[in-house]
Amino acid sequence: MIRLRNVTRDRNQLVYLILIVGVLLFPVLAGFVSPGDSGNYLLGQAADAGVYVLLAIGLNVVVGFAGLLDLGYAAFFAIGAYTYALLASGQLNSSPLHHAIHLPFWILLFVAVIVAATAGVILGAPTLRLRGDYLAIVTLGFGEIVPKLFLNLSQWTSGVNGVSALDYPSLPIWIEGPWVGSSLSIVRGFSFAFNSMAYYWLMAILVLIVVILVSNLQRSRLGRAWGAVREDELAADAMGINTVTTKLLAFSIGAATSGFAGVFYGSKLSLVSPENFSFVVSVTILVMVVLGGMGNIPGVIVGALAIYYVLFNVLTNLPANAKGIANAVGLGFLNRPAAGGWPGLEQEVQRLNFLIFGLILISIMLLRPQGLLPSRVRKEELEKGVAE
Amino acid sequence: MADQMENAAPADRMEDAAPILQLDHVSKRFGGLLAVDDVSFNVAKGEVFALIGPNGAGKTTLFNCITGIFSPTEGRLVFEGRDVAGHKPHDVAELGIARTFQNIRLFGYMSALDNVRVGQHVRMRAKLWDALLKTPKERREELRVTERARELLDFVGIGRHGDSYARNLAYGQQRRLEIARALATEPRLLLLDEPAAGFTPQEKVELMQLVEKILGQGITVFLIEHDMKVVMGASRRIAVLDHGEKIAEGTPDEIRNNRKVIEAYLGKSA
Amino acid sequence: MSIALQRTRSIANGRLGSLLLLLALCVVLIVVGQRVLSGGLSFFIQILVFGLANGAIYGLVALGYTMVYGIIELINFAHGDLVTLGAFIGLAFFPIFGLVEGKDLGIIGVAALAAVFLIAMVLTGGINVLIERVAYRPLRNSPRLAPLITAVGMSFVLQGIMYLWKGAFQIHVPDILPGTRLPLGPGASVGVKDLIVIAIAVVLVIGLNLFIDRTRLGKAMRATAQDRDAAQLMGIDINRTIAATFFIGAVLAASAGMIRGLYFNTVNFSDGYQLGLFAFTAAVFGGIGNIQGAALGGLFIGLVKAYGDAYFSSAWTDVYVFAILILVLVFRPSGLLGMRVPEK
Ligand SMILES: Nc1ncnc2c1ncn2[C@@H]1O[C@H](COP(=O)(O)OP(=O)(O)O)[C@@H](O)[C@H]1O
Ligand SMILES: [Mg+2]
Repeated sequence: MIRLRNVTRDRNQLVYLILIVGVLLFPVLAGFVSPGDSGNYLLGQAADAGVYVLLAIGLNVVVGFAGLLDLGYAAFFAIGAYTYALLASGQLNSSPLHHAIHLPFWILLFVAVIVAATAGVILGAPTLRLRGDYLAIVTLGFGEIVPKLFLNLSQWTSGVNGVSALDYPSLPIWIEGPWVGSSLSIVRGFSFAFNSMAYYWLMAILVLIVVILVSNLQRSRLGRAWGAVREDELAADAMGINTVTTKLLAFSIGAATSGFAGVFYGSKLSLVSPENFSFVVSVTILVMVVLGGMGNIPGVIVGALAIYYVLFNVLTNLPANAKGIANAVGLGFLNRPAAGGWPGLEQEVQRLNFLIFGLILISIMLLRPQGLLPSRVRKEELEKGVAE
Repeated sequence: MADQMENAAPADRMEDAAPILQLDHVSKRFGGLLAVDDVSFNVAKGEVFALIGPNGAGKTTLFNCITGIFSPTEGRLVFEGRDVAGHKPHDVAELGIARTFQNIRLFGYMSALDNVRVGQHVRMRAKLWDALLKTPKERREELRVTERARELLDFVGIGRHGDSYARNLAYGQQRRLEIARALATEPRLLLLDEPAAGFTPQEKVELMQLVEKILGQGITVFLIEHDMKVVMGASRRIAVLDHGEKIAEGTPDEIRNNRKVIEAYLGKSA
Repeated sequence: MSIALQRTRSIANGRLGSLLLLLALCVVLIVVGQRVLSGGLSFFIQILVFGLANGAIYGLVALGYTMVYGIIELINFAHGDLVTLGAFIGLAFFPIFGLVEGKDLGIIGVAALAAVFLIAMVLTGGINVLIERVAYRPLRNSPRLAPLITAVGMSFVLQGIMYLWKGAFQIHVPDILPGTRLPLGPGASVGVKDLIVIAIAVVLVIGLNLFIDRTRLGKAMRATAQDRDAAQLMGIDINRTIAATFFIGAVLAASAGMIRGLYFNTVNFSDGYQLGLFAFTAAVFGGIGNIQGAALGGLFIGLVKAYGDAYFSSAWTDVYVFAILILVLVFRPSGLLGMRVPEK
């Protein structure tokens, strides 16, 4: 028993170490891989992946720690992103308010956390009494409603067009040096606009902070209370744990993390629109958590990175890569549309994306139902063959 | 108040000087079934009180009413002068009543130590901020709680198994762990639901020694036991439930010779 | 024990709950009433029939959700896509059976259509049995979310296959049902199509009910849903029973897909997503695990959607549907008809 625990713990430390080294080396590597743009595109992608890492860590609190199935998690992401969009752009100028608001990014990070957590409480308070899957449905409904609200309240949000031209984060003073190819100097009014490197490091720091805070929670009385509620709600209640408050905390902490991620997302893209927060997004985050290993923070980080990589890198580039390979190995004729409805390899592979992603999900789950890096609990559960 | 005393009169002697728990005409109905039928008695501070009765008599249901899992259909449940009927289970626990379950309900995928630490939850003070930031205050509390949890595991005799998953412990150890978890809530009244079920005679003796030790800590013990023999030695007073009704209450000797009790038990087995 | 616990709770919050629900209902009725009056009665009935026809389709799909959930407690995310798949399969057989647009159906046509229905239903059923075998059965003893994720994966796979098969287009389904409309009043009418759709759905639901109540397999399904271990002890073949449940669920889904195709004359590979979401909501409305509940929930959703679209703005319909869902669950935690859901 003791050995098992240490193995898990050591493995987690190893994963953290690899992640930290990876984060530190990635800018250099990116520069090597695509010297054309000094790795800017890859750095930007890494920062976007960080958004999903945050989301996965947040959802893990809800699903992995407290055992509550949330199928509408993207709603809180949307709430965070729209909080930023409305309060850091010219948008409200063309709204019934007739007055633009431009609050700084740094303040809005906190505002969005509070707004999203409040939304979590408003949804959770009346519904967290519901048993298991009924809660899942309520969250699913909420996840459908929120983007629709942003879509329909077009006076405020420009509806389907979304809110655009969001402010970029900026710092009043900043130090530049040889690491960005300039001499050591102090810059005033440093803007993050189109600066992938800046976003990358900002994201790394945000993730670090969230990981530390959430790990602290996991190892606190609240973390144990979550475990107790997850395992046996009635027994937890009888042992003096207010199960509703405990679940509500998980729910709103998850929501807060999601809102936090939303602010970053909005500020980097400088555009938010309702379609970015659909059910598919909620499901993708859930997949990241489950696939990575529910309840284990390094696990869900790895899950988030892996899924992000597959979805937004491998699958996105697959059609073009397939075309390239076909040309290279002398099967170039495959790339031309042909009779019989053959649309050309690139098109055809493009069509395959859905299928491939689905197959990946199924095969990983069949091979490792406990996730890639399971927590101690899930691992044991599976070895004993116990259904929850 | 006055008429309640009257009603409880026959069983109370010197004990009603300081009752820790008073059951006052408690009933619990499930649809057409009256699982607990107008039951009244007092548990005195510092005693071992036993509730016995055949299977299905309503004993566990009574415990569930006391600990807030059900709210009684009628009647009052007065703990240290406060009516706790209809309170939430976690409020009851906070007030100082802890329990174990007839069918063990440990947190199976948590370590034994964590099970006990969960029990201490209600006595801990760390707030969300303390936990988020791991403040020195929170660290100190965690250390204190962990130390106390180890003591409790030692106290119930499973000190060496703190790191095992609760579900991997032997059956008897699980029963003991449940007691440790309940004690961790720092109760003044401990309810044990058939704590010796499935035990060998030797284990039963050891368990009763543990009960004595708990009593020595100033905690009142109220236990359910199916097996009359076990109870006779350990408890000061006994109440007998049959078909939801209290049919007798008294000292072990009085119960042993009570005609109704003998009938209830013999009638059951015949 | 849990059942009684549940009962006492729902009674406890039932009183306040019903009161609030009633109040909300009154407000809604007044608002709706106003609109209805200005729209006229015949228009109201036209929408009623349209809503029922739509609701019948949701109901058929909801039945599959509810049955699968009832028996293995899985939210089968791939179920909505079986509806589309059923339509796609059926569509492939239309030309073979000489079903083309612009001809009167006639007796032979009806027989041919019935044959296509049967083929689509059986094939989709078979595919669903296969899916259960490959993607869910191996995970029956795994953490609960594992099969949920494979279900999501299956949904992608099914959509992916249909995408490969027919592309991303709106695919036309031949308009072979009679287009006659029975006039109701000024500017309002009821389509014969609507009535046909409702009739087919009613027949299928009655058939399902008879099957579950009367046949051995139906009884086995109920027993397994209630307590799998006990059912196994009684000698019921669990694997077979679960497979049968998936088969029947998919049969109903495929029929819904066919009906829907014939009704709207168009289908797209990704339709299953929205449809599944609404059908699942319908199942929850009725109390998931409850057969009658699913059917009624489907009708309810169909009506809410139809009236929402007709009298208010269709942009807000989804919001109403899900808001009502949340409210219903808050005040009646186990759905409108309430239901024993096996609690672990
Ligand atoms: N939640 C419940 N719902 C319905 N009946 C119950 C419930 N809990 C207990 N009962 C019934 O109440 C009676 C008393 O049960 P219980 O208190 O468990 O008996 P004991 O613990 O004395 O063996 C039994 O007939 C049992 O079936
Ligand atoms: Mg009992």
